[in-house]
Formats: sequence, structure tokens, C-alpha cells
Amino acid sequence: MRRARRVAMAATALLLSAYAVAAWAQAPSAGAGAMAQGVRIEEGRGLFETSCSSCHGFDGEGIKGQAPSLVGAGEAAADFYLRTGRMPLGQVGDEPLRGEPRFGEREIRALDAYVGSLGAGPAIPRVEPAMGSASEGMKMFTESCAGCHGIGGTGGVVIGGYAPPLGEASPTEVGEAVRVGPYLMPRFSEAQITPADLDSIARYVELTKHPEDAGGFGIGHIGPVPEGLVAWLAAFAALLLVARLIGERVGGDETKEPR
Amino acid sequence: MTTRRIFRFLDSRTGGAGAIGKALRYVFPDHWTFLFGEIAMYSFLILVATGTYLALFFEPSTAHVIYHGSYAPLHGQEMTRAYASAVNLSFDVRAGLLIRQVHHWTADVFLAAITIHLMRIFFTGAFRKPRDINYYVGLTMLVLAVLEGYAGYSLLDDLLSGMGLAIGNGVALSIPVVGGQLGTLLWGGRFPGTQDFFSRLFFVHVFLFPVLIGTLMAVHLALVARPHHTQFRGRGRREGNVVGTPMWPAYALRSLGLFFAVAAVLFLLGGLVQINPIWQWGPYEPYLGTNGAQPDWYLGWLIGALRLMPHFDVVIGNYTLIPNPFWGGVLFPGAVFGFLYLWPWIERRWTGDRRVHNLLDRPRDNPIRTAIGAAVFTLVATVFFAGAADRAFIQFGVSYEGQLWGYRAATIFLPALVFFLTRRICVRLRASGEHPGRGSDSVVVGRTTAGGFEQLDPERAGARSED
Amino acid sequence: MRGRIAAGFLWIWRYAVAAIVLRLGRRRSVRREIELPSDPGAESWVAALLFGAALAGLAFVAIYAFDDADTQLLGLSIAVALALVAAALILAASLVVPQETLEEHRPPFADPEAAESGDPVEDAALTLREGSDGVTRRRLLGAAGAAAGVGLGAAALVPLASLGPAVGDRYEESPWKDGVRLVEENGMAVKVDDLEVGSFVTAFAEGADKEGLATSLAVVRVRTQELELPPDRADWAPEGILAFSKICTHAQCAISLFRYPLFAERSPGPALVCPCHYSTFNVLDGGQRIFGPAVRPLPQLPLRIEGGTLVAAGPLSGEVGASWGRVREEG
Repeated sequence: MRRARRVAMAATALLLSAYAVAAWAQAPSAGAGAMAQGVRIEEGRGLFETSCSSCHGFDGEGIKGQAPSLVGAGEAAADFYLRTGRMPLGQVGDEPLRGEPRFGEREIRALDAYVGSLGAGPAIPRVEPAMGSASEGMKMFTESCAGCHGIGGTGGVVIGGYAPPLGEASPTEVGEAVRVGPYLMPRFSEAQITPADLDSIARYVELTKHPEDAGGFGIGHIGPVPEGLVAWLAAFAALLLVARLIGERVGGDETKEPR
Repeated sequence: MTTRRIFRFLDSRTGGAGAIGKALRYVFPDHWTFLFGEIAMYSFLILVATGTYLALFFEPSTAHVIYHGSYAPLHGQEMTRAYASAVNLSFDVRAGLLIRQVHHWTADVFLAAITIHLMRIFFTGAFRKPRDINYYVGLTMLVLAVLEGYAGYSLLDDLLSGMGLAIGNGVALSIPVVGGQLGTLLWGGRFPGTQDFFSRLFFVHVFLFPVLIGTLMAVHLALVARPHHTQFRGRGRREGNVVGTPMWPAYALRSLGLFFAVAAVLFLLGGLVQINPIWQWGPYEPYLGTNGAQPDWYLGWLIGALRLMPHFDVVIGNYTLIPNPFWGGVLFPGAVFGFLYLWPWIERRWTGDRRVHNLLDRPRDNPIRTAIGAAVFTLVATVFFAGAADRAFIQFGVSYEGQLWGYRAATIFLPALVFFLTRRICVRLRASGEHPGRGSDSVVVGRTTAGGFEQLDPERAGARSED
Repeated sequence: MRGRIAAGFLWIWRYAVAAIVLRLGRRRSVRREIELPSDPGAESWVAALLFGAALAGLAFVAIYAFDDADTQLLGLSIAVALALVAAALILAASLVVPQETLEEHRPPFADPEAAESGDPVEDAALTLREGSDGVTRRRLLGAAGAAAGVGLGAAALVPLASLGPAVGDRYEESPWKDGVRLVEENGMAVKVDDLEVGSFVTAFAEGADKEGLATSLAVVRVRTQELELPPDRADWAPEGILAFSKICTHAQCAISLFRYPLFAERSPGPALVCPCHYSTFNVLDGGQRIFGPAVRPLPQLPLRIEGGTLVAAGPLSGEVGASWGRVREEG
């Protein structure tokens, strides 16, 4: 009798767990995508309240003199700033600089969804460098980007700000920045720089991370400044040593050093 | 046996055996600082040799072509033939990139050698009679070398050097009264100029200036050889003699060895360290620009000056008499070179010393000259480093605008500070007899009241009057 | 007795020789010291280095011919060859050949101890002056010679003027006037809808040479509320689109930086910046300079919108490019 009850209990437990597994496996079904998005937005709202609303306002409407409104900023803006660790900002008025992201992947997606829900704005672009043309990208980069970021993507001075080097920028981040125009950067619409153009620009940026250094050691790819340093501190210094070697004869001469 | 026959052959046709004999016994004083001019000279020879090779491939043409060579990111891009031929030389000509890079590294080292050589001449007083004419010849070669280098890297028509040419035109225009016409004549019109401009630049760089520099160099060597080289003071060395190594065999071999060492260093750099990768910069158009464009190092002082000068023109009525680039681009280098050219005369007037000088001063032996030279050098160096302030901002985060103000202040107080410090150091070194690097080699001994000898503290003992 | 006379003669002979040598010695170089090398090892080293250099040189030839002519390997091989030769020569100079110290006398003009040798100078000057003995009208001939020199000199220099045109109106040439359309680098008209606020594009005058300094423009778009244009330019920026010459008024570089703040309350305002010396021009007030060494404001082009594209509504507000003598400063 007791044995049969045990068997029944085990069978029930097995059936229940099988049902639980089936139920769980069935969760992403039609309508669950929107539900998941909704979940994300809610999660994002919660994170936003704790981490962002003190500057950006409770509903992301911005606080005058402190932080801009995020209504219409779009997922791309949130994703760019959060993924590159530029936000949250240390102090109001600081220039947002790349750093360690404060949030994990899931939290970033949640915040993206929340900010995106605040108003229509640029979506996260889908950037595929492999589909682009490096030479088209180089041309467009020269015209629109090199003035601030340098032709080799090595960064630059903008009076009032800093145009960062692009060595750590992923293709998506490049696309996001182009659409959003973060901090002092201009922004470019899909009509001006099409998604295909973006692929090419991203391809060129990838190229600048591993430029063709047919001539040998690249010394930073920033041009004549390190070249001059090498000419003086390597070449001329070496020749100075050779001159010293030659100029004082081996074997000695009592009149060698002036007194 | 054969040497005698060769000499006899030559002598019977030129009568030159006596001269050759004299040349073989020609005496060179030995100091290692006398080799800087040789390093410059050998660099020049390498420039001519590598430059000849490059001139056989380069096309100084502004005609536009579409690139179809080996470097993929430039495919289909429109560019001048000049730029295209330089890219082809780098990727599609065997050893082309090596020679191109050696040529460019050598130009940088050539100017470094001339600069250090000039400093040696200045700080040891070697420009004094009878060598003042030679000093002017040397200074002129420096001016030509700077312009020659600028012309050379501008020929390639890449983004960086193109921007430099635009600035050059702006500076030419800024010369009062004649600048407008001068700029128009040089470029054959308004910037970027006509098709002629590049072939003219090519001619100047490949023929005119090398011939001028080469001729001046020959004169320079002759003017060194005629009174014989200067020497430092030492045992047996007087104004009227020269003590050292004869040309043959030791000095000739050493000098030849130096030539090969210079060539070795330059070819090593040319192969292993990249310089001016024009394919990464892309072709130039007057409507394109890049952040962080810099000239080659020997023009860094000018970009610094152009960036540091505050924004004022001299305007008469409402016409511009002296545009802003004049201050940094013409007046500043003009003042520095003016100082250098005038210095022998200034020193003669100031000290009243018109004697012949074949013995060199150690820098400390003439504290005023050394201090003034150090101060002028400091001024130039400060302006030079100001030119790289943007790079310092990117690398180290120091505010660019803040750096500009800091450098402006530094151009005023740093040279003055260096002047006083240098003068002090020279006077103290002279009094104490120490070597600046090694310290004192000698031991100071004093007599004790008991009658014996004791070693004294050199500081106390050597300190006579401070001034 | 004969021995003593012989000894005496010998002594006189030696004295005479010594005297002659010492007197003539003033003109010849005198050996101070000589050190003959005694290091056969050094000679072997020199030979070995030279053979090594030969091998390195052959390596260069081989790399050139067979390998992909890799620049690094080529450079390395030839540098090794040159360095080995250098080492061989320097070693030979110090350890293989005799080390001598010589003393030489400097020629009289460079010797402060020599008697003032005015004679050659006097002779030369005299010879020169004697060339005009018997010439009566020196001043006339001198003046005529100078005149000929000036005339021929002018003739020699004047062809330099063919190098370029007279500066004349050269610097005022510009393709911009009412009705000229703005096009992008690919020749397509600049469409107003393509430009959003905060955007920046390079534009040119339709049909003009793109390389012409006055042709290229920096076109930017700001919010209409931000504009602070002077009253006479109130209608120059339709829908907040502004056009300026792309060429900096300092030293003619292309102005390729546009800064547009995402959050204007905490950032510097919209401006065009030149990458060469960082001259900065405020776009909102019509191109006034706000930082850097430029003095003249950036010339602005009045715009008009026609059929959704941008068209010039008049010429540029000032001269393009760097200032020079005839350029008028605007107020």
C-alpha cells in the first residue's frame, strides 16, 4: 500500500515537472515578443528611475540646465551612451567620455527600450561593414568625419571638446553616433548618409583599426610628430653615439679632452 | 707598384700629385662634435642618390586619374597623377617604398644634423673671423634645406601636405605690399594654382635647390679646408697650428665608416619604420581637411607660431596691410634667422674682438654668448612644442586652450629664465674647472698649517669670485 | 788630429742639417706621435665584417628578386650590409692602420702670429687699380656701365612676371551669384529634406571647378530659433540652413569641423572650426570669429529654397581665403 502511494506521488511529480517544462518551452510564442518588449520597457523604467531620472527627469523630459530631454532621443542614443559608458555622467556639465559601461547587457537593452518608448527617435542601426566598400567609406569619412576624428580615426581636437579615437568603436556604435550626433558631433539623417553608406563608413573605420603598414612599424599613425621624435631620438641619437665612438680614438691621445 | 703608376699617370696629365700628397697629409682635429657637419653632408649625398631614383618614377602632374592599383581602399577614387604615382611607387614598384622611406627619413635626419652642427658652431664660437663668411654660407644652406624638404613632401599631393601648401600660400600672401602678387606668381594664379605649379615645384625640388645646396656645400668645404679646421684648446695647440689626425689613412677610413653608419641607420629606418604613409592620408582637395595635420618636424616651429599668435591684423583704413599669418609665418622665422645671420657682427661690435680665432671656446668660456644662444633656442623650442599642443590634448587630456595660454606666457619668461640660469652655470663651471657631465676630474690639494698636504673640498676651493 | 777635425765637421754638419730642418719644419707637418697597430686579431675581424657585408648585400639581391620584395626585409638586409662595412672601416681606422698625430701650420692669413702679410693684398689692389691707367672719363664710363646693368638686369628679371597673372581681380573671382544652385560632391543638388538639424555637408557651385577656393561651401542646419543673424542677413538662412565659405580666412585650409551641441545649455554653441590652427567661427551670427588666429569673419552665402533644393540668393558676403593687401576687412 505505502509503496503504491510513493509511486503515485513520484508519477505526479514527474508529470507536474513535465508540464512545467512544456509550459516554459512554450513561452516565446506569437504575442510573446511584444510582451517581452513590454517587460523590457518596464524593467527599463525601473532602472531609469533609479539611475537616470535625477538628471533627466522622472519621465525623461529633461531638467533645465542639467540634462536634455530624452523624448525623441531614440533607442540608438540610449544604446550608444550606455554601451560606451558615457552615461551615467560623473558630474553635470562634464564632457561624456568613453568608459566602463555601468550596466550589463540585459539592463542596457531594457533602458534602450524604455528611452525608445519615450518618443520616436533613431532606432539602433543595423551596420554590416562587410557589405560596405572601403574606398567609398574612405571618401565619405574624409569629407564628413576626418575633420574631427582625424583621417586615421586617431582622434582630434574640437575647440570645446574632444573627438575620440575610433579604435574601440564597434560598427554599431559608429552607426549610432552618426544618427544621434552625441555631445558636439553633427548628425546625419538616413537621407544624407544611407544605411549602405553607413556600412561603407563602418568598413573604413574597421580598416583604420588595422591599417596597411607596408612601410613597417606604424608609430601611432598620426603623422610627422612621432616621425620627428624617431628621427631625433632614434636615428640622430644613434649617429651621435657613432660619432662619439669615432671621435675619440682607441689607443688614447693625451691631448684628447680639452682642459 | 700600381699606386705609383696611377699617380704618375694622373700627375703627368694634371700636375696634381703635389696636391694629392698634401691632401693625404691634411690634418683634422679629432673631436667627436666636429663630425656633425659630416653627418649632414653624408645625409645630403644619400638624399641625392635616393632622390634620383624616385624622380625616375614620380609624375609631377595635376591631371586627374582614377586609381586602379594594388591598394584597395583607394580603388575608384579620383586623384592627381602625382599622388597616384607616389602610391604606385609605394605598392607596385619593387623596393620603391624602401627608397621612398629612406629618402624621407634622411631628409628629417639631414635637418637634425644641420641644426646640431649649427649649435656646435654657435656655442664654440667657430663663426668668428676668418670663418664668418662660411657661417653665412652654412645658414643659407639651412634655409634652403628647410624649403627643399617642404617642397619635397608637398609634391606628393596627399591630404596632409596639401593642407600645408594651402597654408604656405596664405603665408606668402601675408607679406605686406608684395604678398598678393608673390603668391599669385608662385602658384600661377590663385591657390591651388595651375597645372604648372606642380611641375615647377618638382623642378625646384629635384634640380634647382639641390644644385644650390650642392654648390654652397662645395664652397662651405673649401672655406673649411683653406684656413684648416678649428680645434679645442689643449697641449701643444695654438692659434697658429692644427694638431690632429692626418687624412690618410685613419681619418679617411673613419669618415668613410661614418658615411656607411649614416647610410645603415637610414636604410634600417627606411625598411622598418613607416614614414609618411600617404595611402592612409588619401589624396588632397582644397575643400578637404583632417584633424591633426602637422608639417615635418623642421617646420613645427612655424605651425606653433601660427597657432600661438593672437588674432590681430594691421589694417589701414579698411584694407589689410599685414594679415595675421605674417607674424608667425614670416616675421618669427625671419627674426630668428636674422639673429643668426647678424650674430657674428653683433659679437664683434660688442666685444671689439676682431682677431683671428682658430681655437674654440668651450661654451662656458663665453657665458653671455652661450646664455643668449640658449635663450633663443629655448624660445624656438617653446614655440615648437606649442605646435604639438593638440596632440598633447588628445594624448594627455590637458586643455588645448589652456596650453595655448601657458605657452604664450612661457615664450616670454622661459627664455629669460634660461638666460640667467645658463650664464650662472657657465660662470660656475669656469670657476670650478669641472666637466659638466663628469664633474671634477682633478683633486684640489691645500697646504696645512702643520706643513703637510690635505685634500680640499673642490667646491670651497674652486669658488673664486662668482662673476 | 784629423779625427777631431772630422768630428768637428760632423758636428757642424749635424747642426746645419738640424737648423735647416727646423727652419723648413715650420712649413711642413711635424709628426708628433705615431702608433703602429699590433693587433692581427683586429685585421681578421675587419675581413670577417667585410665578408659578412658581402653576404648581406647578396641577401638584398635575393630578397629583391625572389621574395615579394618585402620592404622590411629589404631594408634590414641592406642596413646590415652597410652597418657591417661601417664597423669594418671604423675598426680598421682605429686598430689596423697606423695612428698618427700630426701638427700642421695654418696658412698665413689664418695665422694670427704671422706678420701682417699686407703685401699680397696691396699687390692685388694695385694690379686692379692699374687696369684703369690712362682712362680719362671714369665717372662717365661708370655711370654708363651702371645704367646698362640696371637695364639688362631689369630685362633679365622681368620674364619672371610670366610665371603668373597679375593679381588684379584674381582674388575676387567667385562663381556665386543669385540663382546659382548648390550641389554636393557627386553633382546632385543639395536637398533641404536631406539635411536635419545639426547636420553638415560640403557643397559646391553648380558647374564650377570644385577646386576653386570660392566654390566650396560648408552648409549646416540649425534650429531657426537659434539664429542670431544681423538684420541685413535676416533672410539668408531659410529653415535654419546656413552656408559659409569652406575656406578659412586665416591661411586657407578647408574648414572641416562642425560642432553642434546635443544639449546647448551645457555645451559650446554651434560653430565651424578649422583643423589647421583651430580658428573657430560662430555659425549663428553669420560667421564671426570666436577663437583662434583668424581675423576676418567667414564669408556667408545668402540662401534661397527653390523646389526643395538650395540656391544662392546673392554673392558671398566677403572675400574668400586668406587676407592679403587688397582684401577689405568687414566691420
